[in-house]
Amino acid sequence: MTQGFLAKNPSVLLFVGLLALFTLIVTLSSAAYGFELVSTSFIKTLGKTLCLCLIAIAMDLVWGYAGILSLGHFAFFGLGGYMIGMWLMYARTEEIVIAALANSPLPPTPDEIRAGIANQIFGVVGSSDLPMIWAFAGSLPVQMILVVAVPGLLALVFGWLAFRSRVTGVYLSILTQAMTLALSLHLFQNDSGLRGNNGLSGLQNIPGLDAQGQDVISIWFFWASALALGLGYVLASFVVSGKFGQALRAIRDDEQRLRFLGYSVEGYKLFIFTMTALIAAIAGALYYPQAGIINPAEMSTVASIYLAVWVAIGGRGRLYGAVIGAAFVSLISSWFTGGSAPDLPLGFATIKWVDWWQIVLGLSFVLVTLYAPRGIGGLFDRFANLLPPKRHGAALGPDAGALREKEADR
Amino acid sequence: MSALLEVSGVTVTFDGFRAINNLSFNIGTAEMRAVIGPNGAGKTTFMDIVTGKTKPDQGKVLFGPRAESLLSKSEAEIAQIGIGRKFQRPTVFEDQSVEENLRLALKAPRSPWAVLFSRRSRADSDRIHALAAQVGLSDALARKSGELSHGQKQWLELGMLLAQDPKLLLVDEPAAGMTLAEREATTAMLVEMAKTRAVVVVEHDMEFVRRLNCKVTVLHEGAVLAEGSLAHVTQNQAVIDVYLGR
Repeated sequence: MTQGFLAKNPSVLLFVGLLALFTLIVTLSSAAYGFELVSTSFIKTLGKTLCLCLIAIAMDLVWGYAGILSLGHFAFFGLGGYMIGMWLMYARTEEIVIAALANSPLPPTPDEIRAGIANQIFGVVGSSDLPMIWAFAGSLPVQMILVVAVPGLLALVFGWLAFRSRVTGVYLSILTQAMTLALSLHLFQNDSGLRGNNGLSGLQNIPGLDAQGQDVISIWFFWASALALGLGYVLASFVVSGKFGQALRAIRDDEQRLRFLGYSVEGYKLFIFTMTALIAAIAGALYYPQAGIINPAEMSTVASIYLAVWVAIGGRGRLYGAVIGAAFVSLISSWFTGGSAPDLPLGFATIKWVDWWQIVLGLSFVLVTLYAPRGIGGLFDRFANLLPPKRHGAALGPDAGALREKEADR
Repeated sequence: MSALLEVSGVTVTFDGFRAINNLSFNIGTAEMRAVIGPNGAGKTTFMDIVTGKTKPDQGKVLFGPRAESLLSKSEAEIAQIGIGRKFQRPTVFEDQSVEENLRLALKAPRSPWAVLFSRRSRADSDRIHALAAQVGLSDALARKSGELSHGQKQWLELGMLLAQDPKLLLVDEPAAGMTLAEREATTAMLVEMAKTRAVVVVEHDMEFVRRLNCKVTVLHEGAVLAEGSLAHVTQNQAVIDVYLGR
């Protein structure tokens, strides 16, 4: 009766194995540790994609399993990025300022160094003072704690307020979207203390690692992202495999029933919302050093909607579906929007993919939702012989987020 | 005998409509009670109040040997201290197997942390098999509950109630939509349950109530109209006027 975790979740071994294989292939193709088959910027793209897969897993947990359509997880992702970005920018600027002051007749005082850093970082928004929130920016351990503490606390407080008042369904989605928008608008202000719309930049330069080229750093971050994704997948599989996962799916399909079984639905929602916010924050903290720049536009509500689109196209309620959806859609979308896709001449007009890609994506989202609700992950289910039940069109529960007939397994 | 559940002087108003009007109701620790009444008599609202879904405007709801008030408790807390509820329409988790449904209902710590690190034990599995046998679903343990017939879903829900090991069961129209044979099996299950705990059955079907062979409470316009044996209440002129005579 008591089987091992891996025996019950064969997809975990398969996933971790494939991820390790992929990491090995990319490492051997890199300039730093292999045969220089792919460019450093492509390795960064792949590393960033792994981070997006990680946040997609978080989204799948909170939406695909618990039925909470959160449009706020990119806010947690961005906050994680900002927290690590503050240290990266501060420590890097500190190195530059110290180097610049090294030639002065008197050795610089700590105050002078601090003022120099503040000038360098905040000159762009017309200020020369370090805001309060930068108090710990010089310390990597503190900022690393803040990477999880700040988004975690925001998720905890927001979730507590929202779930306690039993806001559900589309209203909760709107609320999370409003939170994201408010945060993004706040950060757009110059006096928010995070450089307004300039955001934080130069994050690809890791302080203390000047001796290493970007080719080496990119592969290190790729490894870190792969490790985080692997651990995230194992953690998510553990969470959804047991009784806790049953409770999550029960919340998605019929939360009232679960309540009358004695489960505190609000507590469970808060738990999974906060946990996935933490995963999103870690993904963000790994993403932005590879992207090199973070600004409030990254936290736009559209980003969080993209996240829902990835999970839907990949197939919600399946962890591998989320990963496939995020990887597939984000890679193909950077191909289309990067200008690499050839224009399509139609005689009367030319389709430029940079402009038309959004429409293709939107259309495929609608088509997937209507005709293939199991998404790309559903193709794998076909091989695994997991077929949808025959319920004559009835959904699997009364709640808005309940699985539809075509999404479920028999 | 002291009462397990004591509802006294409870009133609920929805937008000026008095769904429950100064209702009082008692039930002992191992007793079966049928609640009947015409549509809109307040039967479902009564259950909503006891299970914490609806908060009354006034009145007292006390439960258990220490007479704890239920009014300040959430639905989940009320379920945890031993009140189980079965809905009118069978509501089981249709995307989960019969075994999973029973496992989720099984009496165990309910906090997220405890559930996250809970392990499947041999004792739990034995209990699940025993429950499935009790409600006649031994052969269906591995099936998705969404595939079950209407009657089987009702039984699964009864099994989930038993898994919670409640002191009081509130059962809303357990025989609705069942075949005659299924009804008889359901009657037997309920009678068996009432030997060790309190069972309140809300039912429309008088034949079913007759088979339960227990004390009957007639509700009308949110208050108790009559109480006693079925023979006694069916003789009551007020009951005949508002309910039986129509």
